[in-house]
Amino acid sequence: MELEQLFRDYPLDSAFDEMRTPNGGIRPHYQALLETLASLPHEELLRRKQSADLAFLTQGITFTVYGREEGTERIFPYDLLPRLIAAKEWERIERGLTQRITALNAFLKDVYGEGKILKDKVVPRAIVYSCKHYRRQMCGLEVPRNVYMAVVGSDLLRLNTGEYVVLEDNLRVPSGVSYMLTNRRVMKRTFPQLFNSYGVRPIEHYPQLLLNTLRSLAPEGRPEPNIVLLTPGVFNSAYFEHTYLARQMGIDLVEGRDLVTHANIVYMRTTDGLKRVDVIYRRVDDDFSDPLIFRADSTLGCAGLFNAYRAGNVTVTNAFGTGLADDKAMYAYVPRIIKYYLDEEPILNNVQTYLMTEENERNYALENLDKLVVKAVGESGGYGMLIGPQSTKKQQEEFRRAILDNPRNYIAQPTLDFSRAPCLFGGHLEPRHVDLRPYILFGDKVSIVPGGLTRVAMEKGSLVVNSSQGGGSKDTWVLE
Amino acid sequence: MLSRVADSLYWMSRYLERAENTVRQLDVTMSLLLDSTGTTAEVRWDRLVKSLGIREGLGWSGDPEAMARRLVFDPNVSSSVTTCVNAARENARQVREEISTEQWQRLNRLYHQMHSPQALAQFRNSINDFLASIVDGIHLFKGVSDTTMIHGEGWQFIRLGRHLERAYATATLIEIYQESLLSLPDREHSGYQYLELVGLLRSCTSFEAYCQVYTADLSTDRILEFLLLNQDFPHALRYAIDSIRSALEAIQRNGGRRPPEELNSTVGRLQSMLRYTTITEILEGNPGAFLHTIREQCKAIHDLSYRYYVQYSIQSALAV
Repeated sequence: MELEQLFRDYPLDSAFDEMRTPNGGIRPHYQALLETLASLPHEELLRRKQSADLAFLTQGITFTVYGREEGTERIFPYDLLPRLIAAKEWERIERGLTQRITALNAFLKDVYGEGKILKDKVVPRAIVYSCKHYRRQMCGLEVPRNVYMAVVGSDLLRLNTGEYVVLEDNLRVPSGVSYMLTNRRVMKRTFPQLFNSYGVRPIEHYPQLLLNTLRSLAPEGRPEPNIVLLTPGVFNSAYFEHTYLARQMGIDLVEGRDLVTHANIVYMRTTDGLKRVDVIYRRVDDDFSDPLIFRADSTLGCAGLFNAYRAGNVTVTNAFGTGLADDKAMYAYVPRIIKYYLDEEPILNNVQTYLMTEENERNYALENLDKLVVKAVGESGGYGMLIGPQSTKKQQEEFRRAILDNPRNYIAQPTLDFSRAPCLFGGHLEPRHVDLRPYILFGDKVSIVPGGLTRVAMEKGSLVVNSSQGGGSKDTWVLE
Repeated sequence: MLSRVADSLYWMSRYLERAENTVRQLDVTMSLLLDSTGTTAEVRWDRLVKSLGIREGLGWSGDPEAMARRLVFDPNVSSSVTTCVNAARENARQVREEISTEQWQRLNRLYHQMHSPQALAQFRNSINDFLASIVDGIHLFKGVSDTTMIHGEGWQFIRLGRHLERAYATATLIEIYQESLLSLPDREHSGYQYLELVGLLRSCTSFEAYCQVYTADLSTDRILEFLLLNQDFPHALRYAIDSIRSALEAIQRNGGRRPPEELNSTVGRLQSMLRYTTITEILEGNPGAFLHTIREQCKAIHDLSYRYYVQYSIQSALAV
């Protein structure tokens, strides 16, 4: 197919384009991909797209959409073209994330322990104690190997300068890794030669890495730990992922009702009687994990789990209360946190963030609501958000009132012109905004598989990449 | 294996077996209805509904197609094909990580076939063909279950469910048929009576197998002997009970707990009864009571294994 044909609807503007330079040239690492596309007849491209579609369908790669009785399982939309990341860029991302996670882990240990950073007034106490995800019960508790979060999925964006910045640290129960793995499987089948010629770094060993990470966190004296994945159950939107990971790791997928505790030891009910559980990879939120300690009306957790954890008889990861460090207001302090614990400058920067608790920042934000993005600090998945330039006067007014009502609950950021990558629509390419969620594992050391989930805002011009809001994904190739 | 997982696999399997049973019995009844007068049609339909264990809500309306449609598609009718397939898939979905991808795909396809917008039209077009394609789907599922799944504990629970459901359904069917069977003359049946007997055998997919053993010479005692006591035919009761025994033995082989004595002796008793009783003894005694006992024992096997493997008391488990 001709290049002009491929590019017939491909406008360039101020946003960074992953494939093209501002003057319309092609970035070197995208050259081979483009040549392959141009060499394929239109029908062949369609045929490959269809066979990839089918692969997703028959593998049952679905997520659940809430609030509908039937047909609640949907196929996760995806784009056929890989997003390419050059070796050098990746090296910086890897270093940056390792630095960031190390600092955030030290921060959690400090805040739930001595509280030095609070005494030194680097982070104000008020912002810690008012955080929705702060868990008083964690105070003074020593977590196994001092690791608070074994699994992290940070969201990165690329600004119009080409610089990668961190938008969010997801330290609670980040999801999406199964899409990263299945995307890769389908892509290998769809473009085998291209894949081969590019020298793409592998990611397929993620489940094994995860298993090793979990094993390294097992309580002392349990050389053959029984590791399980705790899921909220079949109605959770990420249930497919839970089953997928459990199967890939060869561990049991348990629900709260499978677990019982006795004398501070957690057991699971098996056909051969009760079997002790040593490590729980928890995919249930803090609030729902133990009705004795957290929400009493939760049936998804296991009564007594927290006490068993406190007694050191079971490792639960991620630990409870890690959400403190991914609070959107705490986010503004992360550069200072990195400096405080590591005495280093952040390798990956933050997005500029206005705290509504600071008077002058709030005033600036209130005057510029039509230009800024306002986010509720405790929300995720693209809910509770005002995108200034795309909002109505009425919505802005609602947020103004909400901010003044409870300033701690909101932050504002500039509307980001984040990068776009080419996506295949019919027989031609169109640019769409993308982010990047690499998955970081933290056990006896930090390991990051080269790649991650590239999420795509499938709607033209849209800035929202969340799967619950119509986002899709594409495979991410980190090059040798 | 997690108790909940074993339970789901067991029920997935039972529900699929139940769906197959419904389809087969419906198919046989539909063809018998072709040869019926008004009154016998109602009797036949009643018998079908009873042997499927449906207590109410499905009384004869005089319109065979409408009745059949409800028994296939009505989610409010217990034991309807839709009800069973839905329940089987729901159970499978909850243990998605335990079953093979091939099993899941097969079951999913069956589910989508039942729920496709064209399903009703296909059904109207040819009830026969439609029912046959459902049975095909179920057979394919069983086939991939046997060829793609590790024959470990999970598979044994699938086997347990399949054979317990089959034993119960066969015992129920014969119990309901036996009165009219025993009133038949020994040999020399009229054409209608012959059809009746063939119908019973076909309800258990046993007609051809029967003919191989006894020739097409149909007689009540031989039919009962075949369906109850044959040890090689998979739809015979004895075969089902033997399979239940062997599934339970396999499950217990690697277990570290004290074996469930009450369960094992219930199964053993039932197995011996079917092994050492002759058909003459059964017929000279009280065949109705005999069949009823078998059903009661099947229920007991279900209850005991549920209590031992799934819903055991935590206190007793901790005491081990």
